[in-house]
Amino acid sequence: MFRPMPVDQSLVGRAFPPTQPHEVTEAAVREFVAATAGAYDGGAAPATYPIVLAFDAMNAFLEAESVDLFRIVHGEQRFSYERPVVPGDVLTATLTVTSLRQIAGNDIIGTTSEITDDSGALVCTTSATLVHRGAGS
Amino acid sequence: MTLETQTFTITRADLVRYAEASGDHNPIHQDDAVATSVGLPGVIAHGMYTMALAASAVAAWFPGAEVVSFGCKFTHPVVVPAEGGVEIEVAGETRSVEDGLTTVALTVTCGGQKVLGMPKAVLRVPADD
Repeated sequence: MFRPMPVDQSLVGRAFPPTQPHEVTEAAVREFVAATAGAYDGGAAPATYPIVLAFDAMNAFLEAESVDLFRIVHGEQRFSYERPVVPGDVLTATLTVTSLRQIAGNDIIGTTSEITDDSGALVCTTSATLVHRGAGS
Repeated sequence: MTLETQTFTITRADLVRYAEASGDHNPIHQDDAVATSVGLPGVIAHGMYTMALAASAVAAWFPGAEVVSFGCKFTHPVVVPAEGGVEIEVAGETRSVEDGLTTVALTVTCGGQKVLGMPKAVLRVPADD
């Protein structure tokens, strides 16, 4: 049976390179709202829109560590906002691995992504717990 | 204060659209074979999709409010059938209003089962004119 490697413990505390700048377009916000049963009034992006940035950062992290996305299940997500995301923002996310535990053959990976605008100001901090379903699950 | 419960239906087509909008193309949200290979009962909704629907409910309850924080655990998968859809219910209750911040505790269920753990939003609600 294929047993994926556990994630390397030395990752804890490591910050990954910032993602490529992502321009928040009104079209992208409209589509995100439409895809999530919302109603768009032309203002701020929905509360969970920053996941677009956080997911980009997570994908880069998983690729760098050769972790298969299909083995990842989401355990927890928290956002705290300095200000709403609005169309016209140019954002990047910087992901740090904050914790790593192995439970029942699964890796429980804690990450925090700081999302900043093109002036360098913090817009949103979002933390995620990712469950890597590995050997034995 | 108890808020009016909102119901959403989730179909496989909704998951495809959400994957495009969010960039989350994890095949466990599209492909039964991949989902079952990692021990899931079948294709499940993105946890973030369910969370986004909860956020849409909050936005409908509090138009114009600024979200200060929002978080939850993903405690139970929402299995989405290949045909038809599955309903989730988003219930909410205002827990406190202090320092200009309104805390809303949510209960998100699918078939009576809670699917999100302790979902909570803190809002800055515009004052009434």
